[in-house]
Amino acid sequence: MTDEQSTPKRSFPAADIARVSVFAALIAVLGLPGALNVFGDAVPITLQTLGVMLAGTILGTWRSALAVMVLLLLVAAGLPLLAGGRGGLGVFTGPTAGFLLGWVPGAAVTGWIVERGGRTPSTARLVTACLVGGVGVVYLCGIPVQALVTGLSLGKTAVLSAVFLPGDLAKAALASLVARGTQRAYPDAVPAVRRERLRAGE
Amino acid sequence: MTGLTGAYVPGGSFLHRLPAGAKLAGLALSCTALLLLRSPAALAGAAAVVVLLYAVSGVGVAAAWAQVRPVRWFAVALFCVQLVFADLPAAASSTLRVVLAVALAGLVTLTTRTSALMACLERCLAPVRFAGLDPFRLSLLLSLTLRSVPVMADLVTRVREAQRARGIERSARAFAVPLVVGALRHADALGEALAARGLDD
Repeated sequence: MTDEQSTPKRSFPAADIARVSVFAALIAVLGLPGALNVFGDAVPITLQTLGVMLAGTILGTWRSALAVMVLLLLVAAGLPLLAGGRGGLGVFTGPTAGFLLGWVPGAAVTGWIVERGGRTPSTARLVTACLVGGVGVVYLCGIPVQALVTGLSLGKTAVLSAVFLPGDLAKAALASLVARGTQRAYPDAVPAVRRERLRAGE
Repeated sequence: MTGLTGAYVPGGSFLHRLPAGAKLAGLALSCTALLLLRSPAALAGAAAVVVLLYAVSGVGVAAAWAQVRPVRWFAVALFCVQLVFADLPAAASSTLRVVLAVALAGLVTLTTRTSALMACLERCLAPVRFAGLDPFRLSLLLSLTLRSVPVMADLVTRVREAQRARGIERSARAFAVPLVVGALRHADALGEALAARGLDD
């Protein structure tokens, strides 16, 4: 086939490399102290999960998963890119490792649901995507790992994790609002529109 | 942007000289072993081994504490919960297991150069080339991400200032929407620049 050499190029053009790396960096930066404090300075909320949901809604399934993987790879290599300057292999053997690794399927599921919405994903779809991908899938990965590491039962771990649920639900709502605003201001931020444009450009 | 370096502590111990891949494999094995250890006595033995390894590596107490510090409150909470629902041995062993796993991983981080670890992890990611991401693109992706972190941090500062100038510091949307749009603009310009330099050819 003549496509032998052009296949990799089409499946991963420079435009995607740029978007994936910038979004991986954006997720890292959202963990910086003072990036955003929602209720004054009383409750410092790490916005990295917000970044993961936004990556999902804007980059789509595979690219968002790759962006999260790139970030986690750099973290594993020892760079302090997680909220509070955390980094290193410790976060992958610690009790919250599952939540962190759950970001990968979480972003992918978020992206998948948004992509099913075509050129103009509705607000309801964005909210659903962020809730299912960014909260549901992440908790589904995180709670069993935490139960395994701590030796607590699944039920008790789930109850303990519920402390973070209100914050995460608020982040999912915020992420869908922000995604909606971004996609209005920059139509290319809709995965389906983006794909069509890249295809047309070739 | 300061401090975008690993936590590597230079040294010449045998742990420093072990190849990164061997250390990662050792870490995976020992974390699995930690999960299988049930009795407090066995875990106390494991704790002694970890302390010995830290002593041999010569990274110092401050560096060791910096690795374990992030889980300190979690460890306290876990101990209390286990004490209420189970008994003292169970509480001690599950807390010890969490702290030891984090300490061991921290030891690998402290004794391995970031570049060596990154090269090793990149090799582990080699299978992504079947998705069209050859080793060159993968390392370009990683270095572009590193370069983008200070750029995004600058963008955050600029958006914050714009927000302050408009008097809507409290609005999370007025922060995040311009930030994400700005990030996308930057990314797409970067993509065009890469394509213009022949990356897609």
